[in-house]
Amino acid sequence: MNSQIQFSEKALKSVNEIIGRYPSDKKKSALIPVLHIAQAEFDGWLSVDTMDYVASILEIKPIEVYEVASFYSMFNLKPVGKCLLEVCRTSSCWLMGAEDVVHFIENKLNIKDGETTADGKFTLKTVECLGACGYAPMMQVGADFYEFLTLEKTNDIIDQLSDSGKRSAYNAWQTGKESEILINRVD
Amino acid sequence: MSKKRLLQNIDIPGINTIEVYRNHGGYKAVEKALKEMTTDQILEEVKLSGLRGRGGAGFPTGMKWSFLAKPEGVPRYLVCNADESEPGTFKDRYLMEKIPHLLIEGMIVSSYALGANTAYIYIRGEYFYVHRILENAIKEAYSKGWLGKNILGTGYDLDLYMQIGAGAYICGEETALLESLEGKRGNPRIKPPFPAVAGLWGCPTVVNNVETIAAVVPIVNHGGADYAAIGVGKSTGTKLISASGHINKPGVYEIELGLPVEEFIYSDEYCGGIRNRKELKAVVAGGSSVPILPKELILKTASGEPRLMSYESLGEGGFQTGTMLGSGGFIVMDEDTSIVKNLYTFSRFYHHESCGQCSPCREGTGWMEKILKKILSGNGTLNDVDLLWDIQSKIEGKTICPLGEAAAWPVAAAIRHFRKEFEEYVTNPQSIVDVKHYYRVNNLTAI
Repeated sequence: MNSQIQFSEKALKSVNEIIGRYPSDKKKSALIPVLHIAQAEFDGWLSVDTMDYVASILEIKPIEVYEVASFYSMFNLKPVGKCLLEVCRTSSCWLMGAEDVVHFIENKLNIKDGETTADGKFTLKTVECLGACGYAPMMQVGADFYEFLTLEKTNDIIDQLSDSGKRSAYNAWQTGKESEILINRVD
Repeated sequence: MSKKRLLQNIDIPGINTIEVYRNHGGYKAVEKALKEMTTDQILEEVKLSGLRGRGGAGFPTGMKWSFLAKPEGVPRYLVCNADESEPGTFKDRYLMEKIPHLLIEGMIVSSYALGANTAYIYIRGEYFYVHRILENAIKEAYSKGWLGKNILGTGYDLDLYMQIGAGAYICGEETALLESLEGKRGNPRIKPPFPAVAGLWGCPTVVNNVETIAAVVPIVNHGGADYAAIGVGKSTGTKLISASGHINKPGVYEIELGLPVEEFIYSDEYCGGIRNRKELKAVVAGGSSVPILPKELILKTASGEPRLMSYESLGEGGFQTGTMLGSGGFIVMDEDTSIVKNLYTFSRFYHHESCGQCSPCREGTGWMEKILKKILSGNGTLNDVDLLWDIQSKIEGKTICPLGEAAAWPVAAAIRHFRKEFEEYVTNPQSIVDVKHYYRVNNLTAI
């Protein structure tokens, strides 16, 4: 195991608080929330070393972590850009023009679905229904939902994210703000 | 009295905080339940109310609760299903975001009624920010003594925790949700045993949807009979409808069950009609899994009666001419919509979300997606349409969980009601693909 990998004190506190939510012999139940924290702590993705570390903390076998990490779509098993742009494309979002949003981002950033820009800032990922059907089309960046997207608005959001240098692919666990989301919806 | 029972206070500023919520009658159901009612009395009121599971299945809640096993010395659990993932559905998110204490109040009352001292709210991973809102609200509730030890001095203890998922539609299926809560892959369990006997960590467990648990609050406050007086027939009470698609006013509406579908679509109080003055073409009335209906059949039943927003009326005619209320995910499509393309987005979704346990679902959903992609690209044949029908018919009823049905039904209904459109795609692809839907064949792989 890679001894370089170590949760920060703050993260460790959250991890222990989460473990306390389950009966003492059911530590494994903490796995999914702890993987979210691990992803936030270690560059937005889960390396084998990271997963082995999580296994040691929860006192379970590494394979039990791998099989869970590979099942859920929010866990990245390879590195992603600083900002992960997740554009919904299921029914309602498609009806309201999600395809145009995806094409626009592909052209603007010169990447295809699933790719990361050369400067490592953005990764584009098309995703299935995120529960924003009435506010379509939408994309999620970190914890933030950007809704009622137009091409103009999408352009502005990407420019803002690019300037802010925010690491929103993986800061969701700690810093996403609900106020931001509400503002995003109003306009 | 207003017919709303959940969202009547939604527009009050600060209703998301415990003070304002409390000032508007919040947590009265907890006082009443814990101080004045026995657990059996609450169960009786819930049975009397006729409340049915609001997640989609519509199973009577009182009956589900009454199945809960109560062996001595074994803990029981209440788990709230907030894994809202059915395409077209966003009502639970709205409720939790705007009025989180209503869910917490419902959790306390329901946990008390079921004899649970620990309860979990399992929320989908993408709802990070809603998770945070609820965590804050739970902290507020603890600090005011509504959660924790010896609530209101009654001797009743309850710990309520959040659990977050990580992106898996299947975890909305209750046994997959429990697997996920135990830190495993979201593979549904074979039933029986049902969760009521062996659920979370093998203990008796009730899993209820967010809206179902919230509805317990007005039922305790005003009585089961009051709730049952709203609605029509066996569709009692109110329902949150998530309205999306080509309408003027998308959003979440609390309706009295029994509202005519036509009024829901065209009235300014609800959807406000089809946008851009287009004609209505079709509706998916209860989330992606339920059969799509063309305009003629969604507004009126096959026998010419007005179609109502109720379990029975939407179901009238079976799958030949009817559909289901489901989760209340109401997706409206205008005259320019390609039914085939919309179906493709559904089939791609189910292929993506199949957990892979059962071969008919794992393989069948992939085949259906591929065939639809072929048809959309202008390379389909009439045989492909029949093949699609054949595949869907071989998934239904042959899988551990209902994801198989959920994937098969939309395909069957689209072909049943819009076969001509499929045939047009395969016999004259250029007319449809290029002109009608602004759809470029070359970009098919992009989305």
